[in-house]
Amino acid sequence: MSSQLAALIIIAPLLAAVGVNVAGWINKRLCFPTALAALLVSLSAAVLLMRQVMAADTRIYRMAGWDPPWGIAFYVDALNGGILILIALVAVINLMATRQDAAGFFEKRLGPFYALYLLFVTGLMGIVITGDLFNLYVLLEIASLTGYALIGMGGARSRISSLHYVFMGTIGASLYLLGVGYLYMATGSLNMMDLAALLPGLENMFLVKVSFLLCLVGLFIKMAFFPLHAWLPNAYSHAASPSASLIAPLTTKVMLYVVVRLVITVYRPDFAFSQLPIADLIVWLAVAAIIAGCILAYKQTRLKRMLAYIIVIEVGYMVGGFWLANAAGVTGALLHLFNDAVMTLCVFLAAGAIFYRYQSDSLLHLQGLFQKMPATMTAFVVAALSIIGVPPTCGFFSKWYLLSGGMAAGHYGFVAALILSSLVNVLLFFRVIEIAYFEPEDHGSDFEGSGHVQAAVIREAPADTVLPLLATAGIVIAMGFFVHTLVGWFIEPAIAPFFPGGL
Amino acid sequence: MEDSQLLHLLELVIAKYNYWGIAILLMIGLYAMIAKSNLVKKIIGMNIFQTAIILFFVSIATKWEATIPIIKHAHGGHAHSIHAADYMNPLPHVLMLTAIVVSVATLGVALALAVGIYQRYETLEEDEILGQLKQEQIQAEESGGK
Repeated sequence: MSSQLAALIIIAPLLAAVGVNVAGWINKRLCFPTALAALLVSLSAAVLLMRQVMAADTRIYRMAGWDPPWGIAFYVDALNGGILILIALVAVINLMATRQDAAGFFEKRLGPFYALYLLFVTGLMGIVITGDLFNLYVLLEIASLTGYALIGMGGARSRISSLHYVFMGTIGASLYLLGVGYLYMATGSLNMMDLAALLPGLENMFLVKVSFLLCLVGLFIKMAFFPLHAWLPNAYSHAASPSASLIAPLTTKVMLYVVVRLVITVYRPDFAFSQLPIADLIVWLAVAAIIAGCILAYKQTRLKRMLAYIIVIEVGYMVGGFWLANAAGVTGALLHLFNDAVMTLCVFLAAGAIFYRYQSDSLLHLQGLFQKMPATMTAFVVAALSIIGVPPTCGFFSKWYLLSGGMAAGHYGFVAALILSSLVNVLLFFRVIEIAYFEPEDHGSDFEGSGHVQAAVIREAPADTVLPLLATAGIVIAMGFFVHTLVGWFIEPAIAPFFPGGL
Repeated sequence: MEDSQLLHLLELVIAKYNYWGIAILLMIGLYAMIAKSNLVKKIIGMNIFQTAIILFFVSIATKWEATIPIIKHAHGGHAHSIHAADYMNPLPHVLMLTAIVVSVATLGVALALAVGIYQRYETLEEDEILGQLKQEQIQAEESGGK
């Protein structure tokens, strides 16, 4: 059994996606437990697998017994082992926290919703675990297609936003596929480990360079790296809360993981960072992403939309930090991948809880929220402090790594953008906190006629939303305290071979 | 001198005509997705874009004077020596079977969304939809602000 864990991670949610639909026909109430059971199986398999990896280095799983490079192999090392746990954890927490919201919002479509939810998680897990570039494309499209559908199931405007996302996402995935095709022409292989052995010596081939650039641009579209971010804010802010808080923390991070995997395993860092003259350009684009994200986020009057632009900023941090190409920068980018997934989950869950009670997320309607929803707002503040980068929380440490990486690389533009964006984040979140804490509550006429729920009846979100939310906030703080364990377990083993000097 | 340059150009265009065809198809697809305002035309453009890449993969599988990769008389096949150079590369074809499924699924999702959009806005022209959205927003702000 323990040798089949890698397959179990993928198979459990995949089969349950079918099962949950059947369960939906029998009784709507069976959907949630089925989905939860499958994700818990996945989570525990991911944890057990990580223990195996820590005991005995990289695990290779041969799908259906075919040896690589002919068959598809799953490779699990410290880095993707960690990300598998992260994905499963985010999916489980979000599933529990949004149970009531989903049941109320989707009603008859609950079965399809949970089926898409599970397929989306399957796709992301598959992207992270697979060792085959074409298999990665297929799983990328599984995750994307279910993502489009999840977003399109939202409110009135979600369909047009989702369709724009379909166009951009398809261009991105197609460019990635074209890049894989070029790489196949140059080497005749699709297996990552095989490619790593074949590519040295071919770096100067035009085909190989073009293949890398095509894959990169495709993935940049998928992760909404400025200036290819235009699809993200609409898609994420118009989606229903239960979908948004699943997709927002995970999609961009997993796409960043794919870039990291291509660079460190397939093409090798010295090719990606120094042989191609793009490192400087990408860091400056990241600076532009951070600054543009700040300006656009500040202009928003709706909470979810503001948070969506903050994701654009965070993507800038991670891509820029990674292309600083030194140990601290890469560690910072990867640590931020873990941290940002949890922080984003926390703020989006809080925003979802607020929306669930208010039926609006306009910043103008948040007065007196601290008295009515104290637990939700506490979690929101913790995550906000972490996104700003205040010390006990995890966001501080990844920012610290990124800053020291920027200093070490002598890239002061990136350092300046990081500090500036932290200040803007202070403005953004304290504006929300100020309205919610200090501004007097509106009574009476304001809410009448506008279709919003009466301000007086707002109360704390249901307990099964608040408990996972507080747990997430707890994780945000705990990840700050155990930051060295995180780096030591998941990140250092993966990048140590390339930066022998250490931190 | 000029002759050799001309020959080089000819080689670039004629000998690699498949890539030129694919590049043109990619551009047609991209143009439709960016410039057309009708959503269904955009979706068709997207499908052309994906199909171009499928053709690209299929075209890189061919070899000069090679036949389809089916080994005749399969039972006794192992008795003959088989030269890989005599057969086209089957792997890109197999990959593209999957890619076709993916592109059909994408098309399905896109069309389903377009149907949903049509039911709500009763038009598929993007500029008209955006106009309606803007009006909705103005109305919402007016009712929210009074």
